[in-house]
Amino acid sequence: MGDPIISVQNVSKVYGNANASTVALQDVSLFIEKGEFVSLVGPSGCGKSTLLRLIADLDAPSSGTIQLNGHAPETARKNREYGFVFQAPTLYDWRTVARNAELPLEVMGRDRRDWKPRIDKMLALVGLRDFHEYYPWQLSGGMQQRASIARALSFDPAILLMDEPFGALDEFTRERMNMELLDIWETTHKTILFVTHSISEAVFLSSRIVVMTPRPGRVARLVAIDLPSPRTFETRESRRFFELMTDVRETLKEEFTRHE
Amino acid sequence: MTGASNRMQVWLAPLLVFTVTIALWEGLVLLFKPPVFLLPPPSLIWQSFTSQFGQLMSYGFNTFLEALGGFVIGCGAGLVAATVVARSPRLSALLLPFAVASNAVPIVAMAPIAIVWFGIGPGSKVAIVAVMCFFPTLVSAVRGLTDISPDALALMHSYAASDWQTFTKVRAPNSLPFVFNAFKICTAVSMIGAIVAEFFGGAVNYLGIYIKTQASILKTPDAWAAILVACFFGLAFYFAVVLLERWLMPWHRRRG
Repeated sequence: MGDPIISVQNVSKVYGNANASTVALQDVSLFIEKGEFVSLVGPSGCGKSTLLRLIADLDAPSSGTIQLNGHAPETARKNREYGFVFQAPTLYDWRTVARNAELPLEVMGRDRRDWKPRIDKMLALVGLRDFHEYYPWQLSGGMQQRASIARALSFDPAILLMDEPFGALDEFTRERMNMELLDIWETTHKTILFVTHSISEAVFLSSRIVVMTPRPGRVARLVAIDLPSPRTFETRESRRFFELMTDVRETLKEEFTRHE
Repeated sequence: MTGASNRMQVWLAPLLVFTVTIALWEGLVLLFKPPVFLLPPPSLIWQSFTSQFGQLMSYGFNTFLEALGGFVIGCGAGLVAATVVARSPRLSALLLPFAVASNAVPIVAMAPIAIVWFGIGPGSKVAIVAVMCFFPTLVSAVRGLTDISPDALALMHSYAASDWQTFTKVRAPNSLPFVFNAFKICTAVSMIGAIVAEFFGGAVNYLGIYIKTQASILKTPDAWAAILVACFFGLAFYFAVVLLERWLMPWHRRRG
């Protein structure tokens, strides 16, 4: 095992002031190796999205240290070391799919000649080959989220941070997107940190699951997912899949009853 | 084909209402024969309009230029002020209530004062129109520059975008629909402002003065004909702005 690509050490996050404060995260430590697919699972309010935003330098921790590739989050952000996918597609209405996908290249001042081949490749990868000139409102929710994933991949960051990207989709679309995301992960060898409240989604996608507990958010357990690759439609029907789901669910239940 | 027939239907109903109203007006005047200065029939207004078409259109154009001048200055200043105000939440909290409240201020009532400041010529009219256009543009533009989903801004932050990039690639395009709504309101406001400001005095070859003079000597068909010209310029101005909007915001056409 080499150095972790993402390391979170004794991180806490407290919102509010001395009089009225909420502890969103308490003493969270987590180490992620290059090329892993790690999911943060837990009920609403367990701080999983907060943790993702701290890693992305969209918010600052109250204490503890975070490193990406050995850099502080702010440096990593300025080096453009990660791509972030939000729960909402967050496409800009005034840009076509292709122009949305090339936004990071434009902001980062990458060589203009590389834009088109890069965007062509990424939109093909997410299955939007024929939709370059469409505006976001002309696409379904699933297609919009695909465009947002293409945008996150367009500048080829080593790390992909995904905050419940499929939370707003129906189950069928979600399962198809899960499959496509695994394909993308296998072709691009990105390190993916994925936030979800769906246990089945987490088990299906991940190489490792971080089970979190609510208020204050803590890491309850790490679960290694030893399902064989490549994962297929049948994976969801395998005995091992159900065992792992039950395992994760039991952990959440224990933690939940302990708090009541 | 359905598109064409849909468009026909969109125009058909208003056209029908318009025709019926004019016919009713003409019919009632023929029936009750009120004095001509009180309510001239549409046919007489049309006659007055066609007989002095060139003159009326040149008056209309003069007034329109005042409106346009005030529109450009007022809306332009509103946009510039908005980019400054929108940068600071504290500043917008301090100034915006006044800008909103200014909607309740009858700015045209200041026309006599504007004449004292800027003279009896077009300058005073342009000034009134500019003030009338300034506030709605300021309020809408600030809203458009700041009413943005936090994630849309977080996205730019995650790219380590500069303030200028965030402004040009997110805030400015986001504000366009808001700004154009203000512009559309301002087209009507600017024609009203220019004409009413002219009521307080000015040269004879402007619509407001002409309406006032002809009405005061009871040549009301002439006044009505001039109002028709004002309508024409007002509508043309409005649709010019709508065309500009469609050209600048191709993504927005669905809702338009």
